[in-house]
Amino acid sequence: MMKRVLFALLVTGSTLQAQVSFERLLRSDNEPQNWLTYSGSLRGQRYSTLAQITPANVGNLDPQWIFQSRSLEKFEATPLVVDGVMYTVQAPNDIVALDAATGRVFWVYSYRPSTLARLCCGRVNRGLAILGDTLYMGTIDGHLIAVDAQDGRLVWDVKLTKPEAGYSLTLAPLIVKDKVIVGPAGGEYGIRGFVAAYEARTGKEIWRFYTIAGPGEPGRETWGGDSWKTGGGSIWVTGSYDPESNLTYWGIGNAGPDRNGDSRPGDNLYTSSVVALDADSGKLKWHYQFSPHDEFDQDATQIAVLANLQWKGAPRKVMLWANRNGYFYVLDRTTGEFLSGTPFVRVTWAEGFDKQGRPNRVPGQEPTPQGTLVYPGNQGATNWYSPSYSPRTGLFYVPTWVNYASLFIKRPSTYVEGQYFGGGEGRATDAQGLRTGTNNLRTEDEGYGAILAIDPLTGTRKWEYKMTDFTDAGVLTTASDLLFSGGREGYFYALDARTGALLWKFTVGGQVQSSPMTYSAGGRQYVVVNAGSSLFAFALRQ
Amino acid sequence: MAPWLLVVALACISATVRLGAQQAVPSPPDVEDGQRLFVGSCANCHGPDGDAVPGVDLGHNQFRRASSDADLIEIIRRGIPGTAMPPGNYSNTQATQIVAYLRSLGLSPERSTNSGDVSRGQALLEGKGQCLTCHQVNGRGSRLGPDLSDVGQLRRAADLERAIVDPSGPVRPQNRAVLVVTKDGETISGRLLNHDTFTVLMLDSTERLRAFSTSALREVSFSKTSSKTSYRDKLSSQEIADLVAYLTSLKGVKAREP
Repeated sequence: MMKRVLFALLVTGSTLQAQVSFERLLRSDNEPQNWLTYSGSLRGQRYSTLAQITPANVGNLDPQWIFQSRSLEKFEATPLVVDGVMYTVQAPNDIVALDAATGRVFWVYSYRPSTLARLCCGRVNRGLAILGDTLYMGTIDGHLIAVDAQDGRLVWDVKLTKPEAGYSLTLAPLIVKDKVIVGPAGGEYGIRGFVAAYEARTGKEIWRFYTIAGPGEPGRETWGGDSWKTGGGSIWVTGSYDPESNLTYWGIGNAGPDRNGDSRPGDNLYTSSVVALDADSGKLKWHYQFSPHDEFDQDATQIAVLANLQWKGAPRKVMLWANRNGYFYVLDRTTGEFLSGTPFVRVTWAEGFDKQGRPNRVPGQEPTPQGTLVYPGNQGATNWYSPSYSPRTGLFYVPTWVNYASLFIKRPSTYVEGQYFGGGEGRATDAQGLRTGTNNLRTEDEGYGAILAIDPLTGTRKWEYKMTDFTDAGVLTTASDLLFSGGREGYFYALDARTGALLWKFTVGGQVQSSPMTYSAGGRQYVVVNAGSSLFAFALRQ
Repeated sequence: MAPWLLVVALACISATVRLGAQQAVPSPPDVEDGQRLFVGSCANCHGPDGDAVPGVDLGHNQFRRASSDADLIEIIRRGIPGTAMPPGNYSNTQATQIVAYLRSLGLSPERSTNSGDVSRGQALLEGKGQCLTCHQVNGRGSRLGPDLSDVGQLRRAADLERAIVDPSGPVRPQNRAVLVVTKDGETISGRLLNHDTFTVLMLDSTERLRAFSTSALREVSFSKTSSKTSYRDKLSSQEIADLVAYLTSLKGVKAREP
């Protein structure tokens, strides 16, 4: 009996040694059986080297287990998998630890957010970060918490900001070295956004970069009057990290009020931009603004995808970015130089760029009290859900809203703490509206969802996989040239990443509003996606 | 200028002046959103023309307690204690949109004349008009066209009259028609119920629920306009008034008291 107890302790002890060092996060390619960060790597590619599931056998993919969350909120989290244990978030803020092979729940840590929390678009959470034996989660009431990954015990809890003023944390945190980096959502509430780093061990704040340039900071001149105080600039998704330059990259949300820029003359830095920050100090190294003086709610809250390309005959470290504003960008990620910008859908608000990469605005394309029809529409050409880059095919894959416009309406907007500060609305143009959850009666000319494969070297479309309805589902690619995604229609499917041909589909019976991921347990490759209120784990039939 | 045109023009001017004293002319999107909110809730008691409560005519500035837009917004949001007017769960913007719609009613020269006869209208709908070959009223008739059982709750008399004499223009999305041709060459048409990347679901011309896999279809086409013909030359103006009177009397299925 004593021997058995000792044996059990030794087995348990072995998992304790399997701490997730930052070294492991940096070299996640070496352990594709795990999924250690939001995008699977710090490069944001959402690409896995696992290849057990292939175009030839993907037809044999079956659901193996299902986790039903006890939440009716949108299930947007991407799980982590660490040495056989899956961690995910049941919205708004319950951490769930499951056996990655069977779906059995080890424990649930329930966080009760303050009722003061204000969210524009659902009480959502997009996932966790792990370092050592500790999980990190941002909460919808503006806290950052640390929880023991073994038993779900709270380690520390730090209130970062004011939930009653619309600050909420919905992103999965980013770990760089010994720091946890996050930023708040709340661009529709007149927040002053920031990216900030906290000591992973204690939760102590190390640095903070305000996404809205304030007094004494460069960029202050891009805000008329006191408009910087309520300038928005939210953070929704995890940043990326390049260890060679020690830079961390963050996409910044819209300026506030969203659709009425009268009170904020100027470019409104650093809204609708990407910023490159030194990971140790938070100092701004460079920035690029996708949509200067945005009035179309064009949050640049997409994942910064880092890749190394042969650009015009020479190796170049770049950043690939399909933006909500309808353009696909290639930037030099070391210097921020604008290399190319190509529309990937119909765009009417801008027409090309000047030499510095500033978009040429089209006169008359601005919100008005009567409404102005603008492509892409209010939800954007794409949004927060992840794209993917496959180093094998060299293609960039983006979930897209095609043929999609909104009537942008401008209204007066006065800031009142905790109240919606939208400056108008982006109204659906079809009579049925996009806000309803009813049956799909829309036709192709009224807009549809698609997966686009873009060649980053030319910005041209390699192929398009059309859906009838729009999509809020991210994309995963694998080293067997498979692509996984879903959409609002309630299918989860696999495409050939080279051609876009449909290879397999499964009816998950609810909207896919998350980005898929993959891992391996017990020698089997699993592919996981959330749909409706449930998480589905697929593997090859045995 | 014809005398009636002058009257209409004067009505418009006076309405505009009245509005101008209170607020800017509402934008069309606000009016449309306001209409949706009004029809979805307010019309249940106030009727589609806003004149169903005795002594109150929301579209023509006849209120018991309100004298400004701000008063109206307050009443829409807070209700009137001690009366049947409940507080509404609306934001300030939504309440403003409802008021915008009410003001647009006042600007409209059209107003129901109530000159028709309800029972004659019912006889027309069921007989000469052959309306039940496409429409349904309280369980009788066809399911292919829009169900008219509660149309009096949703549509104003002027709108109904226009739809009868001039049915061109887009139909509401839930009334769109679909036509499919199978790979075997069979053609089936009906009312579109739902569709996605892999399926088309319809109520076919024999009123059966049908589902088609798009891979088995050679062709799918959608129609967004009405197949109805104009009744302008088929019915007299009195008959149209009778029909409108009957349609406006249709208020839908009410829950029975236990």
